[in-house]
Amino acid sequence: MIIVTCPVCNASGDETDFHYGGQAHVRRPATTDAANITDEEQRDYLFIRHNPKGLHFERWRCDRGCGKWFHAARDTVSLDFKAYYGITELPPAEIIAQAKGPWADYFKERMKAKK
Amino acid sequence: MKPRYSIFSIARNAMNYHKDWERAWRSPNPKAEYDAVIVGAGGHGLATAYYLAKNHGLTNIAVIEKGWLGGGNTGRNTTIIRSNYLQDASIAIYELARSLYEGLSQELNYNMMFSPRGLMMLCQTEHELRAMKRTSHANRLAGLDCRMISPNEVKEIAPIINTDAECRYPILGAYYQPRGGTGRHDAVAWGYARGADAMGVDIIQQCEVTGILRDGGKVVGLQTSKGEIKTKKIGVVTAGHVSTIMDMAGVRMPIESMCLQALVSEPIKPVLDCVVMANTVHGYMSQSDKGELVIGGGTDPYNNYSQRGSFTALEHTVTALVETFPIISRLRMLRQWGGIVDMTGDRSPILSKTDVEGLYVNCGWGTGGFKAIPGSGLVFADTMANDRPHPIAAPFSLNRFKEGRLIDESVAAAVAH
Repeated sequence: MIIVTCPVCNASGDETDFHYGGQAHVRRPATTDAANITDEEQRDYLFIRHNPKGLHFERWRCDRGCGKWFHAARDTVSLDFKAYYGITELPPAEIIAQAKGPWADYFKERMKAKK
Repeated sequence: MKPRYSIFSIARNAMNYHKDWERAWRSPNPKAEYDAVIVGAGGHGLATAYYLAKNHGLTNIAVIEKGWLGGGNTGRNTTIIRSNYLQDASIAIYELARSLYEGLSQELNYNMMFSPRGLMMLCQTEHELRAMKRTSHANRLAGLDCRMISPNEVKEIAPIINTDAECRYPILGAYYQPRGGTGRHDAVAWGYARGADAMGVDIIQQCEVTGILRDGGKVVGLQTSKGEIKTKKIGVVTAGHVSTIMDMAGVRMPIESMCLQALVSEPIKPVLDCVVMANTVHGYMSQSDKGELVIGGGTDPYNNYSQRGSFTALEHTVTALVETFPIISRLRMLRQWGGIVDMTGDRSPILSKTDVEGLYVNCGWGTGGFKAIPGSGLVFADTMANDRPHPIAAPFSLNRFKEGRLIDESVAAAVAH
């Protein structure tokens, strides 16, 4: 059993009170014209997933509370939550610094864009 | 050549108080170079090595394993063997595996305890009944020996099932594969390991892969906790840990790792001589030869590498089975465990070449890999040896996610996901 806390309404509960939404920050290919999207981009968007052993960034929904989606950083080995943050936000900088594997470089570009 | 196991070898060793049994496989140190290296000594990896040696004459090969052989999902499943999937590509590979299981004990001189005791999938809603009828037509077109059976026949085959028509999920019928059943999961790993070892395959345990060495677009070797190993062909067969290994080669996978749990009860007298799957309520059960009821259910919904599932998932499974089999309500559970399963988007496996030359991957078996071991090993070995997909493996390529040729077994819900 894992205990999840919603950063929107502060309700806390086990996984049956929440809905798991899979990997966070998956980017939909940015275009309005379907012909501009390659098969590889479409595959990456739909199927390819970060699947780290350790720190992972995910979406969750507060099913039996406020009903809002939010983001969480969680360790997939200890199952501990490291941080909760809003659905439109990037993870806290100190958590990003701990990311390894495919997540390590994932936020660099977006951090730059933000600045 | 290893001495054969037989009643005479048991008698001969009994004279010696069983002190002189030969080792089933060696524990060699890795050589500097191999023709091919399989990463992961589970059932699929060992079967691949066995068929590489037997069918393709590749004996200068190694299987490397971080833990001990058969210690992952091969030793953690509920040992169910069946082939009644919906899609043609799935039927082909699972039926190949099921038919190979029939002769495997003789071929490997190792008792797999393959027990084709019959397997039924209960239909507990009108929708499920129709979906199963559709599957049964697809299977019969493909030549499988399967049929729909009535609630009366269900009761005849498994008298302990609750057939009360007034309950929440009444039994409306079942889809029956008489040639399905169970096998001894550890023996499958041990038998293939012994067979591969006899042909000269090195099985190297407690040897963790820490890196995959590439020279441009092709693989040249592996970094391991026991030193560097040169090789031009690598087969990655690491189930729940496939993404972490493939990341080392820079190949991204359409996989998410989750925890699937199973449990066994205390041993009781024989009450159930077939496998029963109840997919609507998410639970399945069979009785082992020792008398334990072997119970499995659905996965936890979130990514998990801990081999430790949630109580919620267990409770869900047990609740469903108590409703289906009221007789087990006061049975105590003996053991419970979790395995890390590699889930693909379409719930079908991946047996494929990759964009990196010499790198092959066999994964994505998710919640149902045990049944496929012999077939998976045979076609994956053929794929690796000839550097082109075996016809049965071809539909399961990584490219299907790019080309949109999914083999959709998740909507078909042949098993409780």
